[in-house]
Amino acid sequence: MRWLLVKDLQILKRSPLLVGLLVVYPIAIALMIGFALSSPPGKPTVAFYNQVPPGQGDIKLGSQQINVASYASDLLSSIKPITVHSEAQAIAKVRDGDALAAVIIPSALPQQIQSLVTQGVGRPTVMLYLNTKDPVEKQFVDQAISSRLSQVEQAVSKQVLRVAVTDLQEVLSGGSVQILGQNVQLLGLRNARTIVAGTIASLPSRSSLRVALHQVVGFADLAIEGLAFASPVLGSIGTPLTVDETQLAGRTTPTDAYAAAIAVIVSLMFVTVLLAAGMLAVERSENAYARLVRGLVTPGRLLAEKIALSGGCATAVTLLMAAFVSLFVHLDWSRFELWVLALAFGGIAFGALGVAIGGVAREVSAASLFAFLVSLPIAFVALVPASAVSGTLKSVLDVIAFLFPFKAALQAVSNAFSGTPPGIGLPLLHLAVLAIAFGVLARLALRRFAVR
Amino acid sequence: MSTTAGNRNPAVPPGTTLTARSLTKRFGTRAALNAVSFELSPGELVGIVGPNGAGKTTLLSILAGVLTPDEGELSQLGREIGWGAGWVPQTPALYSKLSVAENLRLFARLEKLADPEAAVARMLAQTALEDRAGEEVGRLSGGNQQRVNIAIGLLSEPAVLLLDEPSASLDPRQRERLWEFISGLAGRGTTVVFSTHNVAEVERFATRVLLLADGELLFTGTPSDLERAVGGDPRDFETALMQFLHQRGH
Repeated sequence: MRWLLVKDLQILKRSPLLVGLLVVYPIAIALMIGFALSSPPGKPTVAFYNQVPPGQGDIKLGSQQINVASYASDLLSSIKPITVHSEAQAIAKVRDGDALAAVIIPSALPQQIQSLVTQGVGRPTVMLYLNTKDPVEKQFVDQAISSRLSQVEQAVSKQVLRVAVTDLQEVLSGGSVQILGQNVQLLGLRNARTIVAGTIASLPSRSSLRVALHQVVGFADLAIEGLAFASPVLGSIGTPLTVDETQLAGRTTPTDAYAAAIAVIVSLMFVTVLLAAGMLAVERSENAYARLVRGLVTPGRLLAEKIALSGGCATAVTLLMAAFVSLFVHLDWSRFELWVLALAFGGIAFGALGVAIGGVAREVSAASLFAFLVSLPIAFVALVPASAVSGTLKSVLDVIAFLFPFKAALQAVSNAFSGTPPGIGLPLLHLAVLAIAFGVLARLALRRFAVR
Repeated sequence: MSTTAGNRNPAVPPGTTLTARSLTKRFGTRAALNAVSFELSPGELVGIVGPNGAGKTTLLSILAGVLTPDEGELSQLGREIGWGAGWVPQTPALYSKLSVAENLRLFARLEKLADPEAAVARMLAQTALEDRAGEEVGRLSGGNQQRVNIAIGLLSEPAVLLLDEPSASLDPRQRERLWEFISGLAGRGTTVVFSTHNVAEVERFATRVLLLADGELLFTGTPSDLERAVGGDPRDFETALMQFLHQRGH
């Protein structure tokens, strides 16, 4: 087997373009996938025009004021704003493609909010202009702006409720409020009830006022009870739900490390499968297969050599790749021996898949195309999130993912990179079983390999 | 099939390199080879001829050990059949990205020869390819590729060399040089068995003819024996061959 390995390495050495493509192409794809998965989406460029004149963004709520402008800054934090000075300019920016959208804050917005809060009338409106035909881009801009607007909406509501609750407290318990620049003391319902109850006690027992004042005290008791209940209820409306998150699966792989693992496994898969399939098919296209297996090498050893060659080369390439990626993403170097183990097992399993493909396809060009066509869906199926598809389809995808090495290799390498669950043992066992299964398939395919 | 090594086999007559008895091979219901028997002696240059589908390649593949017969026996003097017989497939079985010497060295190592480098040097000298030793095989002419192809078949110095249509892709000059080389091998005692469609080559170079048709061995003898067997006065060997097949209902 050693001499076959030496021969194949010599052949690869004399095919620099092929080797270059085989290494550079999957790495380029893998890095793109990795960056796409690990980089948060950028902020959309949005033309922003605030028509509310400076100093006129205040809304008076009883004794307090809130400023609409302070909430606009929240909106701006989630976009990349282009400040414009008219609505027409904002729309032009969108039409010209300088901005994906335009947000216009109308000058009447504070008054509209004021009217809604104080009188329950009106519908405060912010204008949004979009000019994108790309549905994905549209969804992205929509989500970025809508979610931020919703947050602004909630913040304003919360502030209004806070003012309302404070006012209720003052009605209930008394306090001081500013009215026309004057500090005015409010008696409060509880104090009023105490005074009335004291007055009743001081009245003669046959006083005709007692019945009337008892009615006032009774009303005050009911009002105090009702308002005391209303305050916490109103306060809770601002934040009706609290999410208490508990991660049952234990520690999850950090996004960056997971993206790095995906990038590495995509490269491992492409290099190994293409190399194994191609190099086995070369034996036939060079007419050497029949000469080799008439006593010089058994078909099983020939397959083992191709698996070792492709798996070894791919493991070396992806180890270097992982080392390079670790300059930018935290990967646990103290588990380096597990990196090697996971990549080697993955390489062997992918190599076995590759020789099965090469054995079935037989021709170099057909084997390369077949390997390519098989590899892409394998990766895609393994990367579809479980929650993204319905029950039956999920079961089908799970079975497909189980039958190919991508998912198990990804689990093994993710664990090797960051030590997160599931452990590395089961994925390695899974890869070993798949390697044997694909090796057997390849051996069966070799029965008709030499037939022309 | 039984494979017997060396002089221990009492069935192998003295002076016989290879004995085939009742070799039969079926592909499905079709008999590609039907009870074919013959013996080969050292230094013989045997041409296997016959129409397309006669069973020439099947017979050579069985002799080479690439195919296993369904019935029959094959014995070879000195070495086990398959391993011992040098096999040269019709299309050169070479790695085009490797040099001539690297191809020879690889197969010498895979054959576990005691001194691979000496074997490489010997074959380069025999095939007169010493000055092309470092050249990639893919850049050689068809004739030179065929020489390397034959050299690989000869690496283990086999008693029997099997050639499947060795001159099929060669121009007349290359063909002449090839036959010169093959005749030299036979002259040194190597039994050479070749299949061909080129009847003129058989007439000119073969010391014996095996004529196959529809999987059956119809004739074995010298080209002159075949002409005599036809009777009359055939214009040439090719005409005699056609008449012979016609007389036998093929």
